[in-house]
Amino acid sequence: MTMQITDPAVRRSAATKPDFRTRLQSWIPKLVLSPSLALIIVFVYGFIFFSVYLSFTDSRILPSYGWVGFENYDKLFRLRHWDIAVSNLVVFSSLYIIFCTVIGLLLAIFLDQKIRGESILRPIYLYPMALSFIVTGTAWKWFLDPGIGLEHTMHLWGWESFSFDWIKNRDFAIYTVVLAAVWQSSGFVMAMFLAGLRGIDNEMLKAAQMDGASNFQLYRRIIIPQLRPAFLSAFVILSHLAIKSYDLVVALTGGGPGRATEVPATFMYSYTFTRNQMGIGASSAVIMLLTIVAIMVPYLYSELREKK
Amino acid sequence: MKIFKNTMSKILVGTVTTSALLSVHTAIAEPSVEVMHFWTSGGEAAALSAVRQKVIEAGVEWEDAPVAGGGGDNAKTVLQARIAAGNPPTAMLMLGQNIIDWSKEGLLGDVDAVAAANGWDAALPQAVKDFTKIEGHYVSAPTNVHRTDMIWASKLAFDAIGADFPKTWTEFNALAPKFLEAGILPLAHGGQAWQEVYMFEAVALGVGGADFYKSALVELKEESLRSDTMVAVFKQLAELRAMVDENAPGRDWNLATAMVINGQAAMQIMGDWAKGEFTNAGLAAGDDFACIPVPKKVGDGFVYLVNSLSFFDQKDADRKAGQETLAAAIMDPAVQISFNQSKGAIPARKDLDLSALDSCAQATASDLAETDLAGQAVPTFAGTHAAPAAIVGAATDAITEFFNSDVSAEEGAALLAESILLAL
Repeated sequence: MTMQITDPAVRRSAATKPDFRTRLQSWIPKLVLSPSLALIIVFVYGFIFFSVYLSFTDSRILPSYGWVGFENYDKLFRLRHWDIAVSNLVVFSSLYIIFCTVIGLLLAIFLDQKIRGESILRPIYLYPMALSFIVTGTAWKWFLDPGIGLEHTMHLWGWESFSFDWIKNRDFAIYTVVLAAVWQSSGFVMAMFLAGLRGIDNEMLKAAQMDGASNFQLYRRIIIPQLRPAFLSAFVILSHLAIKSYDLVVALTGGGPGRATEVPATFMYSYTFTRNQMGIGASSAVIMLLTIVAIMVPYLYSELREKK
Repeated sequence: MKIFKNTMSKILVGTVTTSALLSVHTAIAEPSVEVMHFWTSGGEAAALSAVRQKVIEAGVEWEDAPVAGGGGDNAKTVLQARIAAGNPPTAMLMLGQNIIDWSKEGLLGDVDAVAAANGWDAALPQAVKDFTKIEGHYVSAPTNVHRTDMIWASKLAFDAIGADFPKTWTEFNALAPKFLEAGILPLAHGGQAWQEVYMFEAVALGVGGADFYKSALVELKEESLRSDTMVAVFKQLAELRAMVDENAPGRDWNLATAMVINGQAAMQIMGDWAKGEFTNAGLAAGDDFACIPVPKKVGDGFVYLVNSLSFFDQKDADRKAGQETLAAAIMDPAVQISFNQSKGAIPARKDLDLSALDSCAQATASDLAETDLAGQAVPTFAGTHAAPAAIVGAATDAITEFFNSDVSAEEGAALLAESILLAL
């Protein structure tokens, strides 16, 4: 009976089973990826669920687990302060995205004219992106301050009637945030469009030129439509930057004058960490997350569908 | 859900402890205190070093854990993380209701033995005890008391128009056009939300009196919040709103103080931490600048803010011994005096000889003693003594909105009442 084990049937099964080396090779990628996967599952998705859970609890100074249902959301939407933050976000993000895209596209088109010194000009436009928003915010705060910045300088130069006090004016302060943010990000958008422009097939452009297309028509009908993926990426990156914008507002206006430039991110921080209203803070974070999801899901859906 | 909850808190605790372990590099084998605070400016750091010296002399190791910025907001965030990790600091600089909150969470220990041995009960005014002796236990040791209802006036500016310091709000308001005529800004103001709340509380006491202040801002009674007195408070705030310059929004408080120092502006309404700016600029109290309480329409009054180091419960005997040494050092009469020479406040003890302090501090100390006995000393609202942070935050939104717009006093008062009642 024992002899039969070495029979062909058994040997055949051993041959189909991959040896240790092959098995290890197929396992290595999974092994290497698993720690980072575990970390992401816990620290990104785990904490997202934790925040969602907290938003339904009576947490104040520390997390606590008394279930209160939708009370925090109810309170949140009755707060004037939250209304201001949301309407500021709408104004800020729409202007920010539109201006960054338009300026970025124009800069990219101009730089793409095979001009001399492009390699010097390109980084000049791109460098603001290398600064942190805190630096941008502080620099623009000084520049825009009527007492020491632009207005003061113009007065010193003799242009006494010059006035530019948006940063101190509650109706206009949010536009100064747009101004600083556009200055910072449009160079980056330019780089994305430039990459897109470089990827366009030259043959097609030559063919169009031979058919007598003007330069304007060339851009309007052929080049810009082909930049669709670049537009989409720019939109997604800019919109999530806009929704989570916190440091720029803190450095530039500190949410003021009054509460005129408060945005959801500054709202979330102050409610969660300084006002001991963690439940309301968490519910505002969830609303911000849902806003980002509402933008990302259609984007991911369309991207993944195209790949197939 | 329960399993999920437990795992989440374990993970949270795990991460924070790991980082805490990494940051602690000194081996602790003798009595020690770890003091977490946000006193990082020149005068504040000098003040704290008076305590530190005394503690080190007593053979206790001092671990300094400063968290700069945000008027303590940043330190509070760090504290929350440390507590979630089960590793609270030995002592922590905290304000007002926060002490009461942490005490209610059962996280604070006490130094009752030191307090009894050194007679703290007799040495401290009731106002200070309200925020250090919680439910019969001393959980906190007070370093100093600040007064927040103060006007800082430039002697230079008042001499320029030949006027006396205002004793009533009518006089105060009548000064503004005269200063403007002389090319002096009547009121230097830093347009940040928290500064506007300090200004509001000074006006609330000045116009409404101590009883109104208590019922509206401490007891948060709806009828007081919606009363005509509150409208009168906002009317006076509207007067002040008209006296500040257009560049005020976002200005730091010390820059506003600098405007008074160089005579560009006549007055600033600010807590007595502003005094340090004047003395650092080489100005003498009484001769170059004056510190006067805001005018009081009804009776007398005093808005106080207590600074104290609170003691988190420790199991380790060495750390517990460290806490007791620290508590005794803070309340040491000589330390209280030298601490407050640097801090610009007044000592928390009422039984000290104040001849080493300047005239402003001496006047403030005698005012506190009087108003404390008469029950007219009220806790600061802006400094979260009178009400919890959630309420103060809600009120801040309303006050700063009023101050930075031109809505009427009636609307401002209504907005404040609604915001506070919604946050209750």
